[in-house]
Amino acid sequence: MPHAQPPTPPHAPPAPHAHAQPQPQPPSPAPDQDATQAQVQTQAQVQTQAQVQAPAPAARPAAEPDEYPLAAPLPPEAPPADPRTADLATPPAGLKFCVACRAGQVDRDGYCENCGHAQPRERDHMEQELDAVAAVSDRGLRHHRNEDAFAVSSTALSDDSPAVVAVVCDGVSSATRPDEASLAASRAAGESLLAALPRGTHPQQAMHDAILAASDAVNSLADHAPADHEHQPHVNAPACTIVGAVVTPSLLVVGWVGDSRAYWVPVDRSAPPARLTEDDSWAAQMVAAGLMNEAEAYADDRAHAITGWLGADAYELEPHTASFKPDRPGVVIVCTDGLWNYAEGADEMAEVVPHDAAQRPLHSARVLVGHALDGGGHDNVTVAVLPFPAPSQGAGSA
Amino acid sequence: MANFSKSNVPQFSVEVYQNEYLPEGGREVNAIVTVTSTGGGTVGSAVAAPHLYTPGQGPDAAVAIMVDCSGSMDYPPTKMRGARDATAAAIDALRDGVHFAVIGGTHVAKEVYPGGGALAVANAQTREQAKQALRKLSAGGGTAIGTWLRLADHLLSSADVTIRHGILLTDGRNEHESPEDLKAALEAAAGRFTADARGVGTDWEVKEVTGIASALLGTADIVADPAGLAADFTQMMETAMGKEVADVALRLWTPVDTSVKFVKQVAPTVEELTGRRTEAGPRAGDYPTGSWGDESRDYHVCVEVPEAGIGQEMLAARVSLVIPQDDGTARTLGAQGLVRAVWTDDMVASTSINPQVAHYTGQAELAQVIQQGLDARKAGDADGATAKLGRAVQLASASGNADTAKLLAKVVDVVDAAAGTVRLKAKVEEADEMTLETRSTKTVRVKK
Repeated sequence: MPHAQPPTPPHAPPAPHAHAQPQPQPPSPAPDQDATQAQVQTQAQVQTQAQVQAPAPAARPAAEPDEYPLAAPLPPEAPPADPRTADLATPPAGLKFCVACRAGQVDRDGYCENCGHAQPRERDHMEQELDAVAAVSDRGLRHHRNEDAFAVSSTALSDDSPAVVAVVCDGVSSATRPDEASLAASRAAGESLLAALPRGTHPQQAMHDAILAASDAVNSLADHAPADHEHQPHVNAPACTIVGAVVTPSLLVVGWVGDSRAYWVPVDRSAPPARLTEDDSWAAQMVAAGLMNEAEAYADDRAHAITGWLGADAYELEPHTASFKPDRPGVVIVCTDGLWNYAEGADEMAEVVPHDAAQRPLHSARVLVGHALDGGGHDNVTVAVLPFPAPSQGAGSA
Repeated sequence: MANFSKSNVPQFSVEVYQNEYLPEGGREVNAIVTVTSTGGGTVGSAVAAPHLYTPGQGPDAAVAIMVDCSGSMDYPPTKMRGARDATAAAIDALRDGVHFAVIGGTHVAKEVYPGGGALAVANAQTREQAKQALRKLSAGGGTAIGTWLRLADHLLSSADVTIRHGILLTDGRNEHESPEDLKAALEAAAGRFTADARGVGTDWEVKEVTGIASALLGTADIVADPAGLAADFTQMMETAMGKEVADVALRLWTPVDTSVKFVKQVAPTVEELTGRRTEAGPRAGDYPTGSWGDESRDYHVCVEVPEAGIGQEMLAARVSLVIPQDDGTARTLGAQGLVRAVWTDDMVASTSINPQVAHYTGQAELAQVIQQGLDARKAGDADGATAKLGRAVQLASASGNADTAKLLAKVVDVVDAAAGTVRLKAKVEEADEMTLETRSTKTVRVKK
């Protein structure tokens, strides 16, 4: 890494790392690592060189299940009420009744006038589907609000070929107003890409610029801090991670800051999947520096402390971007750690991605969010699914 | 200072300071609620205050001054003279148009001015007449404060005014009626008028005087030297003249299955309000706060909510300010604050204590340990007194309550304030001990 790791990682997420996915993985001998590298072909980097490594023992040539796996085993304790079912109440016209006690009406502050419980908010569960991209975001089961945000859109490049964009951001809980940070960043990055791509900006350059635009948007939140924070303007300024992907007919570009990730899952599951991003996290840095192996690093309490983020108190911003020319169709999974905590390795992720993901991105995104909730839903979870290649106009998806 | 654009209806604002995060299984929610009233009258200490008003501009007010005229007021004679001068000074601070009366208190209550069961309306002439009447005040007789309060209530209720206030001065114990009589008189008067109480000299009972002020939502203090009475009376009257709205109640709504553990005022003084709740509709109760001018007070609210799962959020209490009306309705004063509960598995979030809550928990303990320490000292329990007063010194020092720290230093020798190590002084002036006890409930606000 070009920049020194800060002495103490300031933003440690509260939820314990839950990377232990109880799926017995036969120790495959990694027969075809070169092929993996070949499929995910790194193009000439116009920006910071990102070390995009396909995970080492990746391929599972023989294990081609007919169906994607069922939910992971339940955690030991019974999970609390699933927010996905929260909107089942059908209030009589004009009256909103509490989803918790069903007895009280909801006051204008959003609390029940009988039992006081907070009502579901718009951001608790969000879904969006366009022709060739879909995203789902959920509050999860352990957090009181959703601090993740996403932006998805599609546009055309200067040569009229289609481009599909997804941006996912995860607010840093230990900072103030993380929900505002993630919303501002995802919107700014999405808008920046939508403006740059039709102008002919190279998608990787556009991604780099979009991350800078997102950074500016988050920084400006600190300038408008409410009066009660004025005594310490930039301490704990709003902050978030970002990961984005641009898919065109021939190109796949990712960009990120922080520990939100993008994965490549080929349609043909005999080909290996890959993780496309490298976390700005304590654990990743320990592994990269050769000080610990992955298992040791991720078992450490500090594993999830992020070393890069967007926000006014960030160290020097270093947007990572990478560009790929996949040689076969697949889907890009763009997600926050609320998902990848329950499917950490590329193989694990590929196992939970439905086989028809390229045809049914919204369904796949829901399945993936469901996987995280069934695993315990310890964090907000946000997933965008983008099929590659981007379908040309008028044609059906790949 | 003078701001003539001010409307006479104060604006209330409510701010809530709390750590809303609870651990799994957590049920107790603490919050400090800061209530600020602005835009009404004036700040109490403003010397120019009375002159801001022309007749009819300020709120209608009636004030009764109750002066102890018992025989002991002549020993020494400076006490009676001080009381006379102080009452004259208070009369001078009356705004034109305010209704007033002077009551001479012994074992019975006598109308000194204007008499005939009526109130006078302040103007240059009535102020002069009242001061003339003061010259006739003489000492002789006993002390039955309940009778003074009943007469004050009778006189004050004869005027149709917004603010009703009493100022009570005593120099001795309430010996000529039973404690039950005084208690009954206070219960009858509570909510009908507010009153400040002062003890002059050192022969009065601290708990009696603070009890009167507490019941009638006013201030209590000691004026050990009668020479200091005039300035104190002027200040009390100016504060009373600054009041703009009376009978304000703190209304607390809590959800079903939530119980209120306590509600207390914690600034400017500690005042327990929990037991003074009046039910106000489903799951709501009103706590009396008396009358308000331009001022700010802090309240500590503690509620117990039902357990909820990690990630759940609920409203634990809604705080608003109202003026309850006779017909059972209430005029709401606009502002409200929300006390929330959010369950989290983030230990850092759920274990941190809000600085305001921590500060006022300490200030309330400070008042309590001073009281306990002085009681132990009177009971001859030197060890108990040393421990309690040592803790008080420690709390006063840590919280920056310099006034209380100074008063403590007159009762104990401080060896190590930070550690709370003290020695009881062998000889303590009675006035110093009474001052400490009377002012033990005074708090300071959080250092910003």
